[in-house]
Amino acid sequence: MTQHAWLMLGLYMLVLLVLAKPLGGYIADVMEGRKHLLSRVGAPFESLIYRLAGVDRDKEMGWLHYAISILLFSLVGVLFVYLLQRLQPWLPLNPQQMAAVSADSSFNTAVSFVTNTNWQGYGGETSMSYLTQMLGLTVQNFLSAATGIVVAIALIRGFARHSSATIGNFWVDLTRVTLYILLPLSIVFALVLVSQGVIQNVAAYVEVQSLQAAQPQTLAMGPVASQEAIKMIGTNGGGFFNANSAHPFENPTPLSNVLQMLSIFLIPAALTFTFGRMVGSSRQGWALLAAMSVLFVSLSMVTISAEQQGNPRLADTGVDQSVSPSIRAGGGQPGGNMEGKEARFGIVDSALFATITTAASCGAVNSMHDSYTPLGGMVPLMLIQLGEVVFGGVGSGLYGMLIFAVLAVFIAGLMIGRTPEYQGKKIEAFEMKMVSIAILVTPLLVLLGTAVAVLLTDGRAGIFNPGAHGFSEVLYALSSAANNNGSAFAGLSANTPFYNLLLAVAMWFGRFGVIVPVLALAGALAAKKRIAETSGTLPTHGPLFVALLIGTVLLVGLLNYLPALALGPMVEHLMLWPAQQAPH
Amino acid sequence: MKNQIRPALTLFTMLTVLTGLAYPLLVTGISQVAFPHQANGSLIVRDSKTLGSELIGQNFSAPKYFWGRPSATATSPYNAAASGGSNLGPLNPAQKEAVEGRVKALREADPSNTAPIPIDLVTASASGLDPHISPAAAQWQASRIARVRGLNEAEVSTLIEQHTEKRQLGLLGEPRVNVLALNMALDQVTHIGAYSAVQR
Repeated sequence: MTQHAWLMLGLYMLVLLVLAKPLGGYIADVMEGRKHLLSRVGAPFESLIYRLAGVDRDKEMGWLHYAISILLFSLVGVLFVYLLQRLQPWLPLNPQQMAAVSADSSFNTAVSFVTNTNWQGYGGETSMSYLTQMLGLTVQNFLSAATGIVVAIALIRGFARHSSATIGNFWVDLTRVTLYILLPLSIVFALVLVSQGVIQNVAAYVEVQSLQAAQPQTLAMGPVASQEAIKMIGTNGGGFFNANSAHPFENPTPLSNVLQMLSIFLIPAALTFTFGRMVGSSRQGWALLAAMSVLFVSLSMVTISAEQQGNPRLADTGVDQSVSPSIRAGGGQPGGNMEGKEARFGIVDSALFATITTAASCGAVNSMHDSYTPLGGMVPLMLIQLGEVVFGGVGSGLYGMLIFAVLAVFIAGLMIGRTPEYQGKKIEAFEMKMVSIAILVTPLLVLLGTAVAVLLTDGRAGIFNPGAHGFSEVLYALSSAANNNGSAFAGLSANTPFYNLLLAVAMWFGRFGVIVPVLALAGALAAKKRIAETSGTLPTHGPLFVALLIGTVLLVGLLNYLPALALGPMVEHLMLWPAQQAPH
Repeated sequence: MKNQIRPALTLFTMLTVLTGLAYPLLVTGISQVAFPHQANGSLIVRDSKTLGSELIGQNFSAPKYFWGRPSATATSPYNAAASGGSNLGPLNPAQKEAVEGRVKALREADPSNTAPIPIDLVTASASGLDPHISPAAAQWQASRIARVRGLNEAEVSTLIEQHTEKRQLGLLGEPRVNVLALNMALDQVTHIGAYSAVQR
């Protein structure tokens, strides 16, 4: 790790904390219906929405009702995004005259954006009209993020309430998250991005002459900043352009880059404070944040170091892969594995981004993960496979981590022979069944899906890189889809009917196969009485619990995926670094 | 379930209009007034012709220009209407072959330069449109530029230093050189140099 790496990592965590804490309190105020910064401005508008939609804001829902509303709302979203893509040649705001997107790709993209995955089989600037980008994709960036957040809030209510038959009103929660949290943050962030050079227009692509005149260029345009802002804030990750946040029009400067990295973790980190506030003990939130931070910081060090080491296969080609910070005396250079990375970001700002985007279920990339070294690429893959709980997606990160917290107290309860409890709620058979479903559904989708893909000719046909790395491409795709990340080892040709369908199934069930049991858990917990803390209660805020939680996350993750990882990145690492030239 | 259909459809419609039309158009409106240059692509206009964008790299293959990062965009390098990287894995033989090919081209254009080549000059960028190279990658090319343009190597070196951007705010990102800006300045310098030579 270079000095620059330590500095970036330290600064990042510090600024994140400073921003997330007040936001966490604000989110709690918004979701509990108290007065807040924007309630004065938004109240008339909010009331109007409820009146038009026929929603009674005081009428709450039980968990099943809440779950059905979410599924219904998401189905409407899938249908709408699908139709927009199919009909785009006949709709306005299509200056490049993009043709209708194929049926399988449209279906895949619709499911992808509604499930907050934002996996992209298509290339934005070669296939989507501006109308589709705005009215279909940008909208789902908001709504899928809002859905994730409200599920987390519902689960928190499950812990915070007692003897209650309801967990909130989905329509009210959805409206409040969109109006008071996502929209204001996005407007501000979008304008900051434009100031850095992110484009925002609806003009046709621009023809330029270029200096070495023989090769004129066509510059893709579009309303990028507005989509970019919510893409990061909502941990969506679907790029306006094919190159995503590596494209200079999406992420032009190192400052825009660090702001994008901060905005990925902003709401996931803030929600740990929201949790602490809503359950009435901020220490409970700090414990979750501590567990997430320990996992994140240690794993990002692995990625950064692995990428800085470069590619030993290129050692005899007459190139210089060593980092030299000095601008004088021959000029500075980032060195390391620069294939698929941008010069303005170098190794550190790229590897850090890769770790953040996969720890959170964002999936935006500012470098091409497929070209990472085996270890550098394994960390993002592992973070996805841990279930996106290291900060994780907006909402989904917190509810995922709470699921692991319940599992951790259950394991601790087994060890000492007591009925486990968390936040004053007894954890019993029904709760553990829901926790088990929520934890097991994604590994099942990932491992079965990968097995199917590598067994079938259609699946193997998409592989780009030979050998173990090709297997990693498939494993990464399924992991990314089922855990709703959306980043890729993008060499895989995934825009085929086979992958579009397989990955759509993985995304849908990876999302709602977790959300429904989480809501069931929320309902069951809300209905329980609060039990008094005794001397036998395991404290869930100290270092002991943090260690237990980290252990549980790693144990479950490793038990599920170690064999698969051994066939992909691990064997590739051993091939890249034969024993005699192993790095010290 | 039936009584949820109305809120589902109405809320979906209203939030779609709000976040899918009102929001992007509001941001477009404000950006076009407050940051028109950036919002429209930071375009460089010279003699009333659009030459390029400050943010998008261009393909340079002539020896008289600094070369940028190799580009793996579809059909031709630096295709700014189809961004993307090579996606080659580190063990893929094609990766090593590509690097060897680029090393060969750079060495053939400047046979006397035997220094090792900075890695960013021979590896494809993520976007395929990277406007920058490292200061080391620019300095490595100084001898070729000086020879082809009949300039003093120290002059070229100074020009590179003048166009080297430091880390943003002193600590973000990497020091870098914008290749298009550097090449435009190079044309300017050479032009003035030639002109003043004639005057004398």
